[in-house]
This record gives sequence, C-alpha cells and structure tokens, in this order.
Amino acid sequence: MKTYYNPDDLKKFGKIGEFQKPLADKFFSYYGDVFKEGALTEREKSLIALAVSHAVQCPYCIDAYTVDTLEKGCDEEEMMEAVHVAAAIRSGATLVHGVQMMNKTKDVSM
Amino acid sequence: MSTATKSLKKQNSEFSNIDYQLKVLHHGVKDQNLDSFSTKLKETNLFPLTTTGLDIFQINMGKMCNQVCSHCHVDAGPDRKEIMSKETLQECLDAIAKSEIKTVDLTGGAPEMNPHFRWFVEQAYKLDCKVIVRCNLTIIVANKKYFDLPEFYKENEVEIVSSLPHYSEKKTDSQRGDGVFDRSIRALMMLNEVGYGMEGSGLTLNLVYNPSGAFLPPNQDGLEKQFKRKLKKDFDIEFNSLFAITNIPISRYLDYLVASENFMGYMQKLANSYNPVAAEGVMCRNTISVGWDGYLYDCDFNQMLELKVAVADKKRQHVKDFDSQTLIDRKIIVNEHCFGCTAGAGSSCGGEIA
Repeated sequence: MKTYYNPDDLKKFGKIGEFQKPLADKFFSYYGDVFKEGALTEREKSLIALAVSHAVQCPYCIDAYTVDTLEKGCDEEEMMEAVHVAAAIRSGATLVHGVQMMNKTKDVSM
Repeated sequence: MSTATKSLKKQNSEFSNIDYQLKVLHHGVKDQNLDSFSTKLKETNLFPLTTTGLDIFQINMGKMCNQVCSHCHVDAGPDRKEIMSKETLQECLDAIAKSEIKTVDLTGGAPEMNPHFRWFVEQAYKLDCKVIVRCNLTIIVANKKYFDLPEFYKENEVEIVSSLPHYSEKKTDSQRGDGVFDRSIRALMMLNEVGYGMEGSGLTLNLVYNPSGAFLPPNQDGLEKQFKRKLKKDFDIEFNSLFAITNIPISRYLDYLVASENFMGYMQKLANSYNPVAAEGVMCRNTISVGWDGYLYDCDFNQMLELKVAVADKKRQHVKDFDSQTLIDRKIIVNEHCFGCTAGAGSSCGGEIA
C-alpha cells in the first residue's frame, strides 16, 4: 500500500544534499551543533525535540526523537509529560485566540 | 519486552541453536549491505584482533538462575542445570595461581547458586585476587540460605556488580520479571546496611544499566547522576558507579529483536555506530572467559555462541591445560554480534569503553 509517509525515508534524510548540497551541508552542521551539550543538556534538548515533533506533527521526527530520548535515559513518564507540554501550548494557542473571537463578537454586537 | 518463565532451550526455540543465531546475524549484516565486523576492523587497522594481556579471569559458574530475564545472553533460568563442578573450579584456581592474573570475575546464571560458590570465593581471595561477583540482587532475598550473602561478600572484600536496568519499577520488571524491582531494592538496602556502596567503606557496589528495548544505552555519566539522585531520593540507596551496557544481539535478546521486527534496524544502528576507539579497548583483549564445563572463550558472548579460543593446540582450549602465553598469543574470534561492544561509546562488563 502506498502512503505519503514511508518510515524508510527517514534514513534517507541525509540525502537531501543530492539536490542542493551547500545548503544541506550548512543545515546538518547547524543541526549537529544545536543538539550538542551547551547551556542545556543533550537530554533536555532531546525532550524539547520530542515535544516539538508532536507540535509540528512530523512522524519522522516522532520516531527519531522517541528513540533518541530513550537513548538519553528518559523514561516514558518524562516523554509523555513533554508531549503534554506541546499539547498544552497548542491548545492554549487555540484558546487564547478565543479572546480575539470575544473581542470581535463584542465589536459587532449591540 | 516481556519476560518468559522458561529458557529458550527448554522451549526448543530455534534461537537456542548456535548455527541458527549465527545465520540470522550474518543476514542482518549482509542483507542490508553493511560492512561485516571483520571488514570494519580491517578498515581501522585492528584485524586480526589481538590481546593486550591477560588481566581478567571471568568464570561462568553455571547457567542456573532464579530469574528468566528477557534480554539474557546466557539463556539462564531455573530450568538450566549446567553448573561448574568443584573439579573444574579447582582447575580454575590452579590456572589463576600459575598466572599473573589478579582479577577474578564470577558470573552465571546466578553464580551464588553453584554449591561450591562460597568455597571458591574464599580460595580466590586467599590467592590475593580481587573477586568480582555479578550478582542479580534478587538471589540475596530468594531464600534464607542466601540472606547472609552481604556479610559473606564483605568478609571476602568482593566487588559487587549488579543489574538494575532502571530506577523505575515498570521498566525493570518488564525486562527482568514481575516483582524483581522490589526484591532488588530490598537486596540493595541489605548491601548498603553492611557498608556496600557507602563512602569510605572500601566496599564497592556498582550497578549495571542496559536498555529495556531495541535502543542503545545513554551516556554513562549523565545516567549515573540520574540513578544516584532517584535511588537516594526514593529509597535512600547508595552505590558507587553505574555501568551502561549495550545489549548484544544473541540468544534471548536476538529472539526479542526478531520477534518485535527490530532486528534489522538494531543491526544497522550498531554497525553505523562502530567506533574504532571502542574497538581498540574491547574487553576480550585482556580477558579470558571460562565456561561451566571448563572450556575457554574470548568473552562470555563468544562462550554462549560456543566459539572456543583459537589456539593451535586444542587441549589448550580447556582450563585444565591453561597456558597464559598461548592465550596471550591468540587471535580473538570475531563475528557480527561484536558490533554490540563497539557501538557508540562501546560496551564491556565494566560499562562504556571510549
């Protein structure tokens, strides 16, 4: 069955340079640096990446950062809490627009 | 992962067959167009893999165990009856006495279930050896005849290395069986009580983490801090160091990988994570591993795959004809499972290598 997403495509991510190498090289170099230990630990960065993967709903990223967080020693509870952070921000972002809806409603109502 | 109650051997599983395991491993590499382990060693100027000395004498005292862990490379369990005899243990002592070896590392199964275990530890201690026991913790609380093990270890200044795959009950029990976490915590408290893991006691208690699934272990230092924080906070337990060990794709873990359709991905990950620095420091380079029947192997994993040491004189493959120089001069047998020891930061019985 053909689908838009193929798990094997994740392994081919590095090949995006075939069509545009200089920008791919810059991206992967930047990407590598971002995830290195800095003011935040690699573990903290991996949990952030897992949360963001859910927020942007990228199946490749979810697969990759589920394994990565496990390999950084995170447990299921921590991982699910990270997903809840993403969910809370997404739902909060929806709900805070309710203020705009309320404002507009009041503007056009007697 | 879920735990079984019978060994693969008892279940007549094809994964208890050595040839079958080697065939699966071979396909895991070849079918994905990955370089073989030997090729990787050649590319990094490490082939043939040779020894750097003979420092550690590791004895597998038998395959009998009170647990049936889902990742066990020994396929150990209560139904395994292979136990090292006193005669073979004496041959081990004779071999140690005539060599320069000062570290004796006891594993199993549960080595404590060997009826000659205490006698052997005392004899090795008298030979002025540092004795390491790979204790599964739960054996200490399994039966009252084992309750005094912490005191016995202390008297013989034994170094304890114990598996605790996670500080969470769920993850530990999923790999080692229901109730194992609780019993392990009780045993750790008993070890702490006699001084093990406590600052200034001189009694070493190291823990072993290994992943509860098809992924590689985390950075050892970071994980050790986490384990120390959690075990102290939740149970007031202390220990010395944490060893992060990679699961080697043989026996029960190989069975799990294949059944869960993670095998190909895991082999690819191991092969792609090959680290020449880790390869240079693999434990087989200064260790000799003795099987329950006295035969000699490069490591406990080669032992389970029945790959005996490569020495010209076949009688030197047995501990009764132990000859240090012959073993130091040997070439180490490698196969695709060896990728498990060279991935990322590497893996040994003492944790990370690189």
